[in-house]
Amino acid sequence: MSAEATLTKQFKGGLTAPICLTWELTYACNLQCVHCLSASGRRDPRELSTQECMRVVDELERMQVFYANIGGGEPTLRPDFWDLLDYSVAHHVGIKFSTNGVRLDKPAAQRLAGTDYVDVQISIDGATAEVNDAVRGAGSFAMARQAMDNLAEAGFGEFKISLVVTRHNVPQLDTFKQMADAYGARLRVTRLRPSGRATDSWDDLHPTAAQQRQLYDWLSARPDVLTGDSFFHLSALGAPLPGLNLCGAGRVVCLIDPVGDVYACPFVLHSEFRAGNVRDPGGFARVWRESELMLRLRVPASAGACASCGLFDACQGGCMAAKFFTGLPLDGPDPECVLGHGERELAKVCLPDRPRAGPGHSRRPAPVFVPLGRTAVRAAT
Amino acid sequence: MAFDLRRPYRLNPAATLRPEPFGALAYHFGNRRLSFLKNRQLVSVVRLLESHDSAADALGAAGVPDQQWSSYAAALSALASSEFIDER
Repeated sequence: MSAEATLTKQFKGGLTAPICLTWELTYACNLQCVHCLSASGRRDPRELSTQECMRVVDELERMQVFYANIGGGEPTLRPDFWDLLDYSVAHHVGIKFSTNGVRLDKPAAQRLAGTDYVDVQISIDGATAEVNDAVRGAGSFAMARQAMDNLAEAGFGEFKISLVVTRHNVPQLDTFKQMADAYGARLRVTRLRPSGRATDSWDDLHPTAAQQRQLYDWLSARPDVLTGDSFFHLSALGAPLPGLNLCGAGRVVCLIDPVGDVYACPFVLHSEFRAGNVRDPGGFARVWRESELMLRLRVPASAGACASCGLFDACQGGCMAAKFFTGLPLDGPDPECVLGHGERELAKVCLPDRPRAGPGHSRRPAPVFVPLGRTAVRAAT
Repeated sequence: MAFDLRRPYRLNPAATLRPEPFGALAYHFGNRRLSFLKNRQLVSVVRLLESHDSAADALGAAGVPDQQWSSYAAALSALASSEFIDER
C-alpha cells in the first residue's frame, strides 16, 4: 500500500480537528444566485454575535485549525466582518474568504493587501456578463471585475478567482484561465452540487457527460488550477486528479453555519447532516469529536451498489451531497458517475421525492433559473 | 541541493505541527502550505532537530534504525524544500 493510500485510510477514520473548515458568517446576501448552496438572502436573527464568533475563533486556535474558509451569504455584509478577520488572524486562524466583491472597494482592497494570512476569493460563474449574470444576477459580473481590479491595483498579490462549473461556462474555461493569469490570480474551479437553491437549478446547470470528460482533460493538463479536491468522482476517467480523492465529510471537512449549527459537509445544510451547534455544551470541539453523526461518518462505509465496480477505488462512489439531494442512495453511484450508472438511477427518482433543504433564507420570490435560449419548464414544478 | 544530515536544523518558526493519530499535520503560516508527517517517529525527529547539533543526531536520538536513515533523509529533504524545516 502506498503512503498516500495509507494516509487516505487514516483520513477516513477522522482527524482531531478539521483540515478544511467552512464557516458561513451570515445568511445575508446582496445576490440571489440560483445555485446558492446555503439558499442565502436574508440575515437570520439567531446568527452568532461578534462575541460568540470570537469564542469560536478561540476554540479553533486551541484545536489548531490553521485556517477557516469564510463564506455566507456575503460575509462582508456583516458590520463586524473586518474586526472578526483581524481577531482571527491575530489568533493564528488564517482566513480565506469568498466574496462577490460588493464591499471590496479600493480602501478595502488596500487594507487586505496589508494583512497577512488572508486569502480572498472572488466568485464568478461566467467569463462573460451574459453567462455569469444569468446565474448570479444582473450587474454581478461587473461588480466582481471591479473588485478584482481593486485588489490588483492595491497590490494584493495572488487572489483567487473562483467559479462553479456549469453547463454554460465549461466552454469558457480557457477564458477564465486567461482572466486569472492577466490578474496574476489563481483560478479555482469547483463542482456544482444540487444543494440549497441548486436543488432546483441543478438539472439545468450541471455539466453534461461530454463536458465532464472535457473538464477532466482540462484539469489534468493544468495542475496549477485549484479544485478544492471537489472533482474526485472524475478520477474514474483515468489518472487521479491531484488532491485528496475521497469524501471528507465529517472526516476532514465540516461547516459551521451562521446560527452556529455544525454540518458534516459544506454541501449538505440539511437536518439529517446537522451534527450539533457551537452553542451546545463543549462547543465546536465536542461536536467534531463526539457527535454521533461525525463518528458514524468515520466508520468505513459499504460500497453498496458500487461494490462490484472496478473503478470504485478511483471515485470512492463520489459525493455524498450530490447523491443525497438528487434522491439517490448514499451507498450507490454519484449522479454524475462517469460510467453513467448515476444517470440510470436518477431516472428512477421522482422529482418530488428528492430531499428539500427547507425554505432557507431566500428572499421572496425565490429566483428561478431561466435557461439560456429556452423557456424555463421547472418553474412550475 | 542534497539534504545534509550533518547540518543543524529546526522547525521553521512560521510552521507548526498538529498531532494526529497517524503522525502530524504540518502547517506553514507563511506560505500556507499544508503537509503530513506520515508517522510518529518522523514527528519526533522533527521536534528533536532544534535541540541537536545535526539532523543525524536527531535521527539517533529518536531511535530511527540505520537502514531507515535514507528514507528519513528524503522526508526531511522534502520538508526543507517546502520550508517546514530550515537550517539554523
